[in-house]
Amino acid sequence: MSAIVAIPAGNYRPTRVLPGFHLSLGFTLFYLCLIVLIPLSAVFINTFTMNWDGFVAAVTSDRVLASYKLTFGASLLAAALNVLFGGVVAWGLVRYELPGKKIIDALVDLPFALPTAVAGIALTALYSANGWIGQYLATVGIKVAFTPLGVIVALTFIGLPFVVRTVQPVLEDAERELEEAAASLGANHWQTFSKVIFPTVLPALLTGFALAFARATGEYGSVIFIAGNMPMVSEITPLFIVTKLEQYDYAGATAIAMVMLLVSFTMLLTINLLQAWSRKRGQVEKV
Amino acid sequence: MSAIAPSRALWPATAQPTASIVPAATLEPVWVRTLLIGIALAFLTLFLFVPLMSVFAEALKKGWDAYVAAILEEDAIAAIKLTLLTAAISVPLNLAFGVAASWCIAKFDFRGKSILLTLIDLPFSVSPVISGLIFVLLFGAQGWFGEWLQEHNIKILFAVPGIVLATVFVTFPFVARELIPLMQSQGSEEEEAALVLGASGWKTFWHVTLPNIKWGLLYGVILCNARAMGEFGAVSVVSGHIRGQTNTIPLQVEILYNEYQFSAAFAVASLLALLALVTLALKTFIEWRLRDTHAQFQEQES
Repeated sequence: MSAIVAIPAGNYRPTRVLPGFHLSLGFTLFYLCLIVLIPLSAVFINTFTMNWDGFVAAVTSDRVLASYKLTFGASLLAAALNVLFGGVVAWGLVRYELPGKKIIDALVDLPFALPTAVAGIALTALYSANGWIGQYLATVGIKVAFTPLGVIVALTFIGLPFVVRTVQPVLEDAERELEEAAASLGANHWQTFSKVIFPTVLPALLTGFALAFARATGEYGSVIFIAGNMPMVSEITPLFIVTKLEQYDYAGATAIAMVMLLVSFTMLLTINLLQAWSRKRGQVEKV
Repeated sequence: MSAIAPSRALWPATAQPTASIVPAATLEPVWVRTLLIGIALAFLTLFLFVPLMSVFAEALKKGWDAYVAAILEEDAIAAIKLTLLTAAISVPLNLAFGVAASWCIAKFDFRGKSILLTLIDLPFSVSPVISGLIFVLLFGAQGWFGEWLQEHNIKILFAVPGIVLATVFVTFPFVARELIPLMQSQGSEEEEAALVLGASGWKTFWHVTLPNIKWGLLYGVILCNARAMGEFGAVSVVSGHIRGQTNTIPLQVEILYNEYQFSAAFAVASLLALLALVTLALKTFIEWRLRDTHAQFQEQES
C-alpha cells in the first residue's frame, strides 16, 4: 500500500543545485553539539542524578528564595522602566528632529557593546555616596549603591537598548496615513495615540519588555559591583550560584542553575510567541 | 529568529523615508514634544552618557602619567595579551560556524530548520554564570572528565582553554545570526548561475557569495569580537583569577577595583570602553553599507 505513495506528503524536496549541503549541515550540527548542546546537557544530567528532596532543599532555601525575589523583582521593575523610557526614546528618535540624533541613535546600543564589568564599576562610582549622582541623592536620603535600588539601576542600564530597538522599526514602518485619518475624523492627539499608535506598538513593547527582563534575570557583571551582595538583602541569584561554586557545592549550584535555565527557556518561548504575534499584527495591518 | 541579542532591522522591507513631511494634524503640540524630548534626553544622559564619561574621568583622575602607568603595568599587559589571544581563537571558530550554518540554513530546505535556528540562539538566553558553570561541570575536579584530565595532566579549567571555551560558548550565535537573514534575503540565483557557467562550489562561494555577504560577515565579527573581549561572568567562573596568567581585561578590572585601586581599575576599564565606542562606530558604518547593498538588491530584483 505504502509503495504506491512514492513521495509522502510533506517530504517534498526541490532538487539541490548548490553543493555543500551535507558538509555545512554536518559541521553546523557537530559544532553545535560540541560547544552548546553537550555542555548545556551537563546541567540537566547532573540535576537528574540528585535526589528530589536534595534538589528541592537546594532551590528553596531562605537565602535562595530571597535571591529569586530580588532578581525577578528588580528585573521586572527595570524592564518596566525600560518600557516607559525606552518607548519615549524610540518615539523621539523616530518622530522628532534632534541635534546629533545619529550619534544618540548609535549610542543607544552602548549597553550591548560596553563590557558589563565596566558598566558595573562606572555605575557604582556614580551612585556611591560621594559619586557624581549619589552625592545629590544622599542629601535627600536616598541610597542607591550597595542596596537593592542599585540592582535596579544596573539592570535598567543593561536592558535599555532592547525596548528602543524593538519599538523603533515598528514606529518607522507605522503608516502616518492612519493617524491622519484618525485626526481628520475628529480624534484628538490622545485618542489617536491610544486608539491607533499604541495598539500598533504594543506587541513590540511587550517583546522589548520580555527581552529586557530575560537579559536582566541572568545578568551578573554589572550588578555585583553596585549591589553590595549582602545575603538575604542584595544578593542576586547568579551571584549565589557563583558563591555555591566557590564553596565547591557543585550540586547546589547546578540545582539553582537548573531553575534559572527553566526560566530562561520559558522566556525564550514567550519571546518567540510575542514576535510571531507582532509579525502577524504587522501583516494584518499592511493588508 | 528570536532576538535575545541586539539586532536591528538591517534590511527593512520598505525603504525608509529619510525626511518625512509630517502633516500638522498628527504633530503633537509643542509642549508635548518638548516634554517627551526632555524625558528621553534626561533618561539617556543619566543612564548612558554620564556613566560613559565617568569611566574616562575616573581613569584620568590621577593624571595622564598614572593612567599610562596603570595600563603598562605587568599584570595589565598580561591581561591584554590573554584577551587578544582569546578573541583571536574564538572569533574565527564562530566565524567558520556562522558561515557553515548560514549556508545550509539559507540555501537549502530541510526538516527541523526552525529548531536548529532556536538552538543556535540558545547561548544568548543562558546567564553568563551558567555558561561558565557548564564547563566547571564538565572539566572541574568533580566534573565528568575531571579525573581523566588529572590523570593525563591536562588543565582546562582555571587555565586558558577553559577561558577560550567559555568565550566561544557565549559568542557562539553572533556571526550566524547576522548572516542567516542576510543570505536568506539574497536567495541563491547568483550562485546557481555561477555553477551553471561551470564554476566549482568553492569558487562560487569565494567569488559570488562572499562578496555579497562581506558587510554582514564583518558586522557579525565585530559584535562577536566585542563580546569575546568584554565577557565577564562566564570567564570569571572558569578563570580561577590567577594574576598574570588567567585574567582577561574585565577580570583585571574587577581585581583592581576590589583592591581599591580605583584609578587603575578605571584606566584598564577605559580600554574596554574605547573598544565599545569603536565597535559602535564600525557597527553604525556597516549598517549604512548594508542598507545600501540591500537597496541595490531590491533594485536588481524589480
